[in-house]
Amino acid sequence: MTVCLGIPGMVTEIKEGEGLLMGTVDFGGVRREVCLAYVADEVRPGDYVIVHVGFAISRLDREEAERTLRLLQELELDGDRNSELGAQGNRGWEKERDGSGGEAP
Amino acid sequence: MKYLTEYRDPELGRALIRRIRERVSRPRVLMEVCGGQTYTLIRQGIDELLAPAVELIHGPGCPVCVTPVRQIDRAVALAMDHRVILASFGDMLRVPGSEGSLLEARARGGDVRVVYSPLDAVELARRHPEREVVFFAVGFETTAPANAMAVWRARELGVGNFSVLVSHVTVPPAMRAILEAEGSRVEGFLAAGHVCTVMGLEEYFPLADEFRVPIVVTGFEPVDLLEGIFMLVDQLETGRWEVENQYARAVRREGNRPAREILARVFRVVDREWRGVGTIPGSGLGLRDEFREMDAEERFPIRQLGAGESPECRAGEVLQGRLRPTECEAFGSRCTPETPLGAPMVSSEGACAAYYRSGRRKEPS
Repeated sequence: MTVCLGIPGMVTEIKEGEGLLMGTVDFGGVRREVCLAYVADEVRPGDYVIVHVGFAISRLDREEAERTLRLLQELELDGDRNSELGAQGNRGWEKERDGSGGEAP
Repeated sequence: MKYLTEYRDPELGRALIRRIRERVSRPRVLMEVCGGQTYTLIRQGIDELLAPAVELIHGPGCPVCVTPVRQIDRAVALAMDHRVILASFGDMLRVPGSEGSLLEARARGGDVRVVYSPLDAVELARRHPEREVVFFAVGFETTAPANAMAVWRARELGVGNFSVLVSHVTVPPAMRAILEAEGSRVEGFLAAGHVCTVMGLEEYFPLADEFRVPIVVTGFEPVDLLEGIFMLVDQLETGRWEVENQYARAVRREGNRPAREILARVFRVVDREWRGVGTIPGSGLGLRDEFREMDAEERFPIRQLGAGESPECRAGEVLQGRLRPTECEAFGSRCTPETPLGAPMVSSEGACAAYYRSGRRKEPS
């Protein structure tokens, strides 16, 4: 548990709990009870939210997310693929962060 | 996982690193404010990949690290009170106080419980009406709405045996303190994305204007961080100092209105001591008078405790970005995550722990 960590997950169910809007959020297969009071007006099942210490603090904007990625991908296509960096390599963050081990390049 | 994997794409990362290197006309010094961002930058070696084009200085955004030792001592003292169940987020447990940590208090018989959500602490109080449940309410603006809701709910449900030990801090006053400090080298800030999901962008405009410093609200994945750095570098190279939002998928300009409303009802702005740094004016949140009866410091008067810090720990300098963890004499020898001298070696968001766990070792002097 990290105090400032916010994790995206998908809202699968919305319900009332003693006058407080609660719901179930799926984090890649792990489900948790989450308070939805702070996103009550905008969230529907199937939406993604950022969850922090059991509270959804923001609904993820699908269009913004796709727009950012599209811009970044265009940037990548524009880039020079023969840069020195390609040869130099990096730590391969996708390995470490997904916990699938991996070795230094 | 959706909204995570795509922002960890190494190809995109490499393209961005290339862009950043091409964009700088001279080395730039940037500060990431949030400890979660520090963790990713160090863990993935992004700081090393960007050197020397960009130097990243680590900011004070580790709530566990900046919680004053006096508050840790109060929490420990409360945990040792036989009436009290002390409920806390897990990462506070190993933070050293002057009379040990909460974990040590538990070993000595104190009733310390880890909760995931502040609402769990309210539930704990309802299940144990014969006990007093004190929730250790720490955190930045990201966490404050959750803790405020716990206070609000406890009153709404008439849970009389629930109180909070508050140690909330806020980011913009700390950024101001860093900019005002003598010899500050920070040319641009990566502002903490999740803090801004709650508070929005508005607080940052006066800072950017007054100090002519670009501020980019940034997410937490490698590609987010690199895009934020590119946006900062681009501002610096074109002579701009604007507040920009890299993390637009989660952050709206006005923040989260319902969350801000509850914050304003439960908390008020107070001066707050930051561990190792000192008191920063207007940098904390305390309970409003209407909620005073739920303030654990009012309910359980605690004798003034000595605020004993390890004389060897240089956490204050690390938290203000003046000292790199590996430059500290004790790093990795007398201070490790197993035997920490200070909080930044304990918390997963602490710069010292991020360095140590990523295999960084002391720089030869």
